[in-house]
Amino acid sequence: MEKIKEGSAVALRINRTIVYVVCILLALLSILPFWIMFVNATRSTAEIQAGLSLLPSTHMMSNLKVLLDKSFDPLQGFMNSFIISGSATLLTVYFSSLTAYGLVAYSWKLRQPFFTFIMAVMLIPAQASSIGFYQFMYKIHWTNNLLPLILPAIAAPAVVFFMRQYLLGTLSLEIVEAARVDGSGEFKTFNRIILPLMMPAIATQAIFAFVANWNNLFMPLILLTDKSKYTMPIMVSLLRGDIYKTEFGSIYMGLALTALPLFIVYFLLSRYIIAGVALGGVKE
Amino acid sequence: MRRKGVNYSRYGYYFTLPFVLAFLVFSLYPILYTAVIGFTNLQGIIPKPLEILDNPFQNFKDLILENASFKKSLVNTFILWIVNFIPQIGLALLLTAWFTNKRLNIKGQGAFKIMLYMPNIITASTIAVLFSSLFAYPMGPVNSLFQLLGWSDAPIFFLQDKTTARGIVSFIQFWMWYGNTMIILIAGVMGINPAIFESAAIDGANGWQTFFKITLPSLRTIMLYTLITSMIGGLTMFDIPQLFLQGGPDDSTLTTSMFIYGQAFKGSYMYNRAAAASMILFVIAAALSAILFYLMRDRDAAKLNKLIKQQKKAERAAMKGEV
Repeated sequence: MEKIKEGSAVALRINRTIVYVVCILLALLSILPFWIMFVNATRSTAEIQAGLSLLPSTHMMSNLKVLLDKSFDPLQGFMNSFIISGSATLLTVYFSSLTAYGLVAYSWKLRQPFFTFIMAVMLIPAQASSIGFYQFMYKIHWTNNLLPLILPAIAAPAVVFFMRQYLLGTLSLEIVEAARVDGSGEFKTFNRIILPLMMPAIATQAIFAFVANWNNLFMPLILLTDKSKYTMPIMVSLLRGDIYKTEFGSIYMGLALTALPLFIVYFLLSRYIIAGVALGGVKE
Repeated sequence: MRRKGVNYSRYGYYFTLPFVLAFLVFSLYPILYTAVIGFTNLQGIIPKPLEILDNPFQNFKDLILENASFKKSLVNTFILWIVNFIPQIGLALLLTAWFTNKRLNIKGQGAFKIMLYMPNIITASTIAVLFSSLFAYPMGPVNSLFQLLGWSDAPIFFLQDKTTARGIVSFIQFWMWYGNTMIILIAGVMGINPAIFESAAIDGANGWQTFFKITLPSLRTIMLYTLITSMIGGLTMFDIPQLFLQGGPDDSTLTTSMFIYGQAFKGSYMYNRAAAASMILFVIAAALSAILFYLMRDRDAAKLNKLIKQQKKAERAAMKGEV
């Protein structure tokens, strides 16, 4: 009996070691490509050609200079991406909360059909409507305009779905009743009382909406042809072009600059992001 | 005190109106417009009035029967997706089994989750260009590594070989998504009633038995959800293959989304053909959504009923308390 117990204890220790080794290897696999990216952003092209190194070198500023001398303008790209992602995120979380509240707090005739409809359109990919969308925007002269990348964010079915689930679990209609007794209008009740109550859900969804908009390549690539309107992901595609063909150091520098804001956001908010993934399970 | 006479139901319409308007203008209208363009001869850079073809289904027929590039893009999309999804769900399940095993009691799970999820948050375009730089020929970091480890004598031109190119695209997708799938599956396991695990332990089930007989069946709905969302995501795969190799070598990483983009926006202006391809994509995605919708509907209704019952119970309890 003793021996069996001892044997299983040894087996447990071996199993545990295997698990830790695999997890550490996977973590390294996540880090390594980005590590090489940041390190190579500080190395000269000759150094990169000569071989692999995990330690930074001293050519950061010269790489940056070469990068900025050509058509790459990370500040402009950052501003455009920030305007689009920031506005789209605000619209998404505000109007999705409003829609979800309308679905939960009021009983109206078309409530159930409307919810069914939201679930049905939740997974329609943007690519399916892109040709019509482009032609439509072309006709009203909205290509090379940031609005067609911002305004569609008002209708975000997946976010409405998430917000509705959240409200079903947390909203007590007595608060709404109490506000009515106090003479608060319905809109005011939503803005002053309900919206603050929904903040945890709003914060989670805001992070995901922001990142999704920031990383979006397809729609901006179709709509924007004017260089001054380019977003970060389109800037990245410039690095693949001929102008940087042999300037490896500055290519890595460009990549590092586009990834850096996301790394900062991720390490500041990673706990909430992981919790959000577990909660929502809504994949893009 | 309650003003019972006031009917608030119209606010349901007011509050959902902005959503409905935005959806009609920016989603429904463009989809219908795309569908109509699919039946016309709309081509070329100069806009002209829409004209339905004599045989309205000509574009669809040409695409499905004759266009080798389109057919190839469908096959590629499927290959790239399945080669990334099987290892992705496999590894995610293995890690879920490990992380939720109470006897193993793995420490530092939070840190591991943060690390394994990280690639998912970084811009896919950046990752695509980064990997094409990492696999550069003749001298790039991967080639350097291979020579350092003695795996190769001469530099390898990885991106010229079709199978290798496809493999790397699938690997990038796998690498970006398995952390996400793992976190969802772990959350699913956490949602299973712990009493079931306790009774299994009392009955003497070992770790593997518990996993295959209890954990896996309970995760069925979540895994189906993962499967279908991943399929739709895979169907619209664009950023990685577009910026990694622009579809090459020899169109081996050309996906359906890239085909649509290429037909309409890269100098040939074949809007009608691209629109028809979009509609085929839409039909496939809609069919997949319909399956998911059907599978999720019952569960949601059941949840709602449970909530209503709980609320009623609470109300009743409150009433009793007042009395």
